[in-house]
Amino acid sequence: MGLAAIKDSSNIQLTDNGQLRHFLSIEGLPKALLTEILDTADSFISMEQQSVKKVPLLRGKTVVNLFFESSTRTRTTFELAAKRLSADVLNLNISTSATSKGETLLDTLKNLEAMASDMFVVRHSQSGAAHFIAEKVTPNIAIINAGDGRHAHPTQAMLDTLTVRRHKGDFKQLSVAIVGDILHSRVARSLIQAFTTLGVPDLRLIAPNTLLPVNVDALGLRVFNRMADGLKDVDVVIMLRLQYERMQTALLPSQHEFYQLYGLTRDKLKYAKPDAIVMHPGPINRGVEISSDVADGKQSVILDQVSNGIAVRMAVMSMTMGGQMTQQSDSLKRLGDEP
Amino acid sequence: MCEESPVALEEVNALQEIIFKKLTAYLQIKAIDNPIVIGIHTGGVWLAKKLHAQLSQKGIVSEPLGTLDISFYRDDFTRVGLNPKVKPSDFPVPTEGRHVVLVDDVLMSGRTIRAAMNVLFEYGRPASITLVTLLDLNAAELPIKADITGQQLNLERNQRVKLTGPENLKLTIKTITTQAS
Amino acid sequence: MSLLITGGRIIDPANRVDTVADIYISEGKVAAIGDQASTFQAKQTIDATGLIICPGFVDLFFYIPEPGYEQKGTVESETKAAAAGGVTSLCCPPATSPVIDSTSIATSIQKLASQSGYSRIWPIAAMTMGLKGAQLSEMATLKKAGCIGVTNMRYPFDNTRVLLRCLEYAASQDMTAFLQSIDLFLEQEGCVHNGPFSTRLGLPGIPETAETVALARDLLLVEQTGVRAHFSQLSTARSVDMIADAQARGLKITADASIHHLLSTDECIKNFNCLYHIQPPLRDKTDRERLREGISEGVLTAISSQHQPHETAAKMAPFAETAPGISGVETLLPLALELVDNGVFGLSTMIARLTCGPADAADINAGNIGIGQRADICIFDPKERWLLSAETLHSKGKNTPYLNTMLKGRVRYTLVEGRRVFQS
Repeated sequence: MGLAAIKDSSNIQLTDNGQLRHFLSIEGLPKALLTEILDTADSFISMEQQSVKKVPLLRGKTVVNLFFESSTRTRTTFELAAKRLSADVLNLNISTSATSKGETLLDTLKNLEAMASDMFVVRHSQSGAAHFIAEKVTPNIAIINAGDGRHAHPTQAMLDTLTVRRHKGDFKQLSVAIVGDILHSRVARSLIQAFTTLGVPDLRLIAPNTLLPVNVDALGLRVFNRMADGLKDVDVVIMLRLQYERMQTALLPSQHEFYQLYGLTRDKLKYAKPDAIVMHPGPINRGVEISSDVADGKQSVILDQVSNGIAVRMAVMSMTMGGQMTQQSDSLKRLGDEP
Repeated sequence: MCEESPVALEEVNALQEIIFKKLTAYLQIKAIDNPIVIGIHTGGVWLAKKLHAQLSQKGIVSEPLGTLDISFYRDDFTRVGLNPKVKPSDFPVPTEGRHVVLVDDVLMSGRTIRAAMNVLFEYGRPASITLVTLLDLNAAELPIKADITGQQLNLERNQRVKLTGPENLKLTIKTITTQAS
Repeated sequence: MSLLITGGRIIDPANRVDTVADIYISEGKVAAIGDQASTFQAKQTIDATGLIICPGFVDLFFYIPEPGYEQKGTVESETKAAAAGGVTSLCCPPATSPVIDSTSIATSIQKLASQSGYSRIWPIAAMTMGLKGAQLSEMATLKKAGCIGVTNMRYPFDNTRVLLRCLEYAASQDMTAFLQSIDLFLEQEGCVHNGPFSTRLGLPGIPETAETVALARDLLLVEQTGVRAHFSQLSTARSVDMIADAQARGLKITADASIHHLLSTDECIKNFNCLYHIQPPLRDKTDRERLREGISEGVLTAISSQHQPHETAAKMAPFAETAPGISGVETLLPLALELVDNGVFGLSTMIARLTCGPADAADINAGNIGIGQRADICIFDPKERWLLSAETLHSKGKNTPYLNTMLKGRVRYTLVEGRRVFQS
């Protein structure tokens, strides 16, 4: 992972002059663009102090939340973000069976297209779903990936890196550890790409081998099976959620053993730097990934992550809408130039 | 390519004196009592600081200075993108029902002022808005005029004027020569 | 009807022929080659100057979706596509619905093929009834109905004992077992090679051991039972080593690789390009190199097209939900010639791997154009550049990553029993 940026995927996310027009994955996005997202999000955070939190950037635009995997938390933050940008929001919860065929997905999209939407926020259980939609849907609907299978959760990665930046400043000095079910985690994949692009020199994964993907030690990542080794002197600890079915599919013996080995307790946190921050994308499983006293303790910035999430999503939505509109007005201009 | 070319331009200090005098007279004629001074980022804030200090000293204003950023209200954000370094608008005193003196450095197309007024109206209904600018370029694309201005200036199509600061405020005119594509 | 083909370079590895000469065809058979041929008067002539003349290709793994999946293609459309690809004999697996486990299905497929009049179909029957992995199929009866072997494809057996019994029975009926070695538990829901690209894309990966663990078991069972066995579409380097070892120990086994595993790697799926979604998955560069070595050295004696046409909807979904398979018969020749250009093997070896190699593995009388043989002939231009477009693609399945790309090497004529069944 973190291999050289793939030019093709960035082509689909960027306009000809490098503006964001879809937000599908961290992969393929240059460092300057990620920094711009963080800076823009910062400015939306500073808006939080004002009595009027709305701005007219997406006024008159329709944003559709297309959640094929249900998630109240993520969906509500996207909805809030869109409304703060003065957009009209439509929420569609489409539950899919395991055997749902692509044709249904495509038909759903075609019906929505007919209703003149400007942006889809998509969450789907299949890796590559957001790319599929961005390629097959008309190019002037902005697609924001709210999580696709195990592949990517780019807005989560951005709000996590923003949280890190706001607490720790420069990425170039940091040591960051990600702990837990890396194999199945789209958050982990996006985080690894984001931290690598932003220049974190010491990025570590801590997990049992059954929860690690293959070839993950390419390009400067260090992999540990023990918390005592992996957490040594880190500045940032990011705990991932453990799903119950990992015990069913012979990946782990029990939640109890996982907590003993990998659960973040006060004792284990002592291996990290004394001012290390503790993060978790949520929702947290108390007593499985993290103890209550750490989750609620002074080093935990979990609640900051939640509030940063709205600002980051506002930033990404307004930037992609801007890119889409630039692309459209450019092509109209080009049409006008033709004899 | 930009060149600096000399055009007759008053020094900023001199312009600020002109503005102060005109404004105090204007406020008296219009019977505007204790207005709130608000500067538009970034050049307008630099100017408003001194203006506010002068007006406070004379007892004409008693409230602290407000600042306003129009980045999220621009009508061209899709072309130029969002300015990531947006500073938040800051109104220490509510503007509802109050007279407002709005300060900016250069009045050109009028779109910045239009956006600034949109911001103001989000936060309340002012009793009136008096627009003060250092320069008026006579290039308005919207029906917006400055009530008080330091100097009227007619530029060539390829000229731009810029205020530099925050200390030692200085106005410079630049000529832009673009390559034919 | 007589036909004279003049001025072409005849390459027929089965008969060790590589020479520029004329061929005279009469009553559907090769009647004369060389000076003798020129003395005949033919009703028709083909000027093959600058072209290569070889036996029509023999494809060991070519999905025919009829009966059951006609939206993907029919016997007529796909044998026509095969002819366009220079393939005159194709072996279709029992992936139909109903599966080929009865004489009626086996017979009707062959009948449809001969009615269509394009390439000839040699069906491979199901090893177990319904491919369900429990009950032996009527192998002797199916052989009589024209089936040239049996396979259970990638479907599971109830247990290893059933597989053993199938191989024993096939051996006693002198039927070739076509084996696609796969451990379905290790494969799980994987759809791509378990490697850096599956990690990066978050797609479930299939480890090498899913193939090699099953291959080890299958080789030992083949040894125990003495059945003639052909291993289809190997994908890993280790598999090639294992086949080579088994052959060195004296096992009479053959194996093939699909043209796609010889050309491409898992890097091709990097943008979720589902047109490269196939089974077994494309693996990494070391696997591809070893497969190429295996083909060049003759450990693997055949290249298959693994032609698998699909309707558009089957590929219009997120990657893991798309159907695996490439509509590949019409790119078989240009891609094989690319291997020649890359120095993997020479032209003559390439033709052997497409003709006598597969024919010997399947034990069918095809893949050679000696005197008296059926005139199943492919005439191609190794240098012609052409665009594969929706118009030039004859298969009903447009699921090929090579659509709208320029290819080098084109079939000019395909003859089946001396009849022109394709001309470009």
